[in-house]
Amino acid sequence: MIPLTFEYALEVVDLKKAFGGLVVTQNISLAVRPGERRLIIGPNGAGKTTLFNQISGDMRPNSGLIKLFGTDVTHFAPYKRAHFGLSRTYQIITLFTGDTLEHNVTLGLLGLQPSRWQMWRPLSFYGDLTTEARRILDKVGLLHLAAHPVSDIAYGEKRRVELAMALAQKPRVLLLDEPLAGLSNTERSTVKELIASIPRETAVIMIEHDMDTALDLAETVTLLNYGRVIVDGDRDAVIADERTREVYLGV
Amino acid sequence: MKWIGVALLAASFLLPPFLAGDFYVNLASQILIAAIFALSLNLLVGFGGMTSLGHASYLGVAAYISALLTSRYGFGHGLAAIISIAGSTAMAAFFGVVALRATGLGFLMITLAISQVLWGLAYRMSNVTNGDNGIAGLTRPMPFGISLDSAASFYWFALVVASLAFLMTTIFVSSSFGSSLKGVRDQPRRMAALGFNPWMIRWITFIYAGFWGGVSGLLYVYYNKYIHPTSLSITSSAEALLSVIAGGSGTLGGPVVGAALVLLLKNYASAYIERWNMLLGLVFLFIVLVMPTGIVPGFSRLVTGLRRESR
Amino acid sequence: MQFWIIQGLNSLSLGGLLFLLSSGFSLIFGLMRLANLTHGAFFMLGTYFGATALRSWDGLNIWVTALGAGIAVAAIGGLFERLVLTRLKTNPLGQVLVTLGMSFIISDACLMLWGGDSIPVPTPRNLLSPTRVFGFVFPTYRLVLVGCAIGAAIALYLLLERTRLGAMIRAGVDDRQMARAVGIPVSNLFTVVFCLGAGIAGAGGVLGGPILSAYPGLDADMLPLALIVVILGGIGSLLGAFVGSFIIGFIYTFGTALFPELAYIILFLPMIFVIAFRPQGLFGRVGT
Repeated sequence: MIPLTFEYALEVVDLKKAFGGLVVTQNISLAVRPGERRLIIGPNGAGKTTLFNQISGDMRPNSGLIKLFGTDVTHFAPYKRAHFGLSRTYQIITLFTGDTLEHNVTLGLLGLQPSRWQMWRPLSFYGDLTTEARRILDKVGLLHLAAHPVSDIAYGEKRRVELAMALAQKPRVLLLDEPLAGLSNTERSTVKELIASIPRETAVIMIEHDMDTALDLAETVTLLNYGRVIVDGDRDAVIADERTREVYLGV
Repeated sequence: MKWIGVALLAASFLLPPFLAGDFYVNLASQILIAAIFALSLNLLVGFGGMTSLGHASYLGVAAYISALLTSRYGFGHGLAAIISIAGSTAMAAFFGVVALRATGLGFLMITLAISQVLWGLAYRMSNVTNGDNGIAGLTRPMPFGISLDSAASFYWFALVVASLAFLMTTIFVSSSFGSSLKGVRDQPRRMAALGFNPWMIRWITFIYAGFWGGVSGLLYVYYNKYIHPTSLSITSSAEALLSVIAGGSGTLGGPVVGAALVLLLKNYASAYIERWNMLLGLVFLFIVLVMPTGIVPGFSRLVTGLRRESR
Repeated sequence: MQFWIIQGLNSLSLGGLLFLLSSGFSLIFGLMRLANLTHGAFFMLGTYFGATALRSWDGLNIWVTALGAGIAVAAIGGLFERLVLTRLKTNPLGQVLVTLGMSFIISDACLMLWGGDSIPVPTPRNLLSPTRVFGFVFPTYRLVLVGCAIGAAIALYLLLERTRLGAMIRAGVDDRQMARAVGIPVSNLFTVVFCLGAGIAGAGGVLGGPILSAYPGLDADMLPLALIVVILGGIGSLLGAFVGSFIIGFIYTFGTALFPELAYIILFLPMIFVIAFRPQGLFGRVGT
């Protein structure tokens, strides 16, 4: 499919999600341009991860629209959205702990390949996938651990593998859910560098609590509170905005 | 070193007809049939992470179709076999859609409910299935004109089929599809986010498991020359599940070892104990409480441990 | 006309029995996330206890017997839960397997103790004479059974909605971790609920005796019905178990009367329907 130039990589229109009587997100509208770097901030419980879950398809919104490059994907299953160029990382580590790093990334690459339906050739037959997986591991500085099972490596290294898997498929829209959470200072700067080096073909939308690090990476910022968009716009404008201060100083 | 062990084991399968009398050769045949059945279930349980308590459905239905077609409608064995397997596989496709509306315990309950309904049907529809009397007087096929009536000849036949089953399930599980199946077992959400279709992967596996379950059903009815509703019972499914778990799910050899153990236990215990079901229940409790990962992983851990110590 | 009314009453009484069977199953699944495959065996154990007691002591009150059997079965259930199930907290598959194993043990034990023949259970004498309503004749015992089920439903409802224990159970069903976090002794609660479920099944078994008789295989006949009721009505929902029991009671009774060979398929169809269009069951609160 030849990608037509679209104004927005991701559009969210009037998204609402409620669990019984509890409304978690409402009237959320967002528009992210191709290649943009957007940061989503807000206090705990503001609905950030629920927003991500609706975009990725893990949760069905009660109402609203989600569009990827102009296509309405609101009713698409999560796996279908991956084929539309969406990729995400999770707050909790969801790697294949019993398998090697190389296998993890190879699986990540297999997801969009027709060869994933092959029922008689072993995965090792697909040498090009393994080579690419090793190249990606090298990019995130983990090639030396390629043959180690995920259960053996450190937490910060696991986070890098997550990132590697998410980037492996060269997504057009990448959702990063608290990529810096629980990392030490050195690990944090390594991951920050990695995020900064993500190619411009990918629009990056990031949820983060560590504002100092995250704000450097952001071009635009969206502030959520109580499930609604409070402020939305260029980074400096949002930081300076009075409402941002209100939300964070707990008025 | 490992390959020598495996080769020895494989070679030992060639021995029974030369070393032992008919009783033991027949026992070995039964082990092979049970092993195929357990292998097919393990595709679901061990590699797919879907615990089914209704797998006997596929064994029983294939067996009944073959029995009815050959004894009542005069079909030849070859055609009857094809229809039986096709029927069992088609049934797996249909029931898979129903059962896969849920996962985990819901899936378990639905597979159990379906299999109990089929079991009840086998008893009730007595003008078709002969109910509690079962269908007797069946014959064994004659592939390429060779009679399978002797213990040894049937054993060779079963060994060929079992080897094929083992080979094909190994290929399936080691393939890229197999990798995606194991991925869906371990992290279904992550797999979906990566572009894999978890439902389709599970459904295809369910169908394939039904196929091999049907194959074991054919061997079962050929061996026994008789079919009865108990083949569809929960005990039948439970014995297979026990074989998988006792042997070690998620390994290829585990179900075979487990099937051998369960069958040997059944045979020898029934000489001394009348109540096989109670023994089965106690063995279930024992295995789950004491050896939850099964014998084969436990054994390989032991070997790895010994190897590490000897360095 | 008489046919329809009799079958209707049979449906209601079967529905009542199914409620006594499946309410416990639904509760156990709802709170402990455990598909208790021993449940049919608990019911059957109650039927056998009742059969022996009612045949040995002429004129023994069936309600007392039901209570006694219920307590006995609850005790057995409690021992099983404490000694076996609690060791398998991290192994939900293992838990299901041991309940399966336990059901085999109980059913074979019954076979050993009571033999292979079906044991009819006498209907209590004071309920033998039929009731006349609007010129129709009804077997009294079956009417009483329906009353029992309604009574049990009300009692369970009050327990769950109006008592502290019930509040704790409901909290545990909705969110186990949260319940633990606010100090609810979830582990003890599990034992209580398991005993309660087993006990109701055991008592139900006694009350079902006059209609079903005690026979080997009763557990295997009842378990799938409980499963189908819970799949239909929704897990963890008392209302679902109630409605589902009577729906299945009607389908099974009329199905068996009108199409004896296909009764099982007729049971099967609503289950497929519900799974296809509403996998959480009619009133389900807990997802499968």
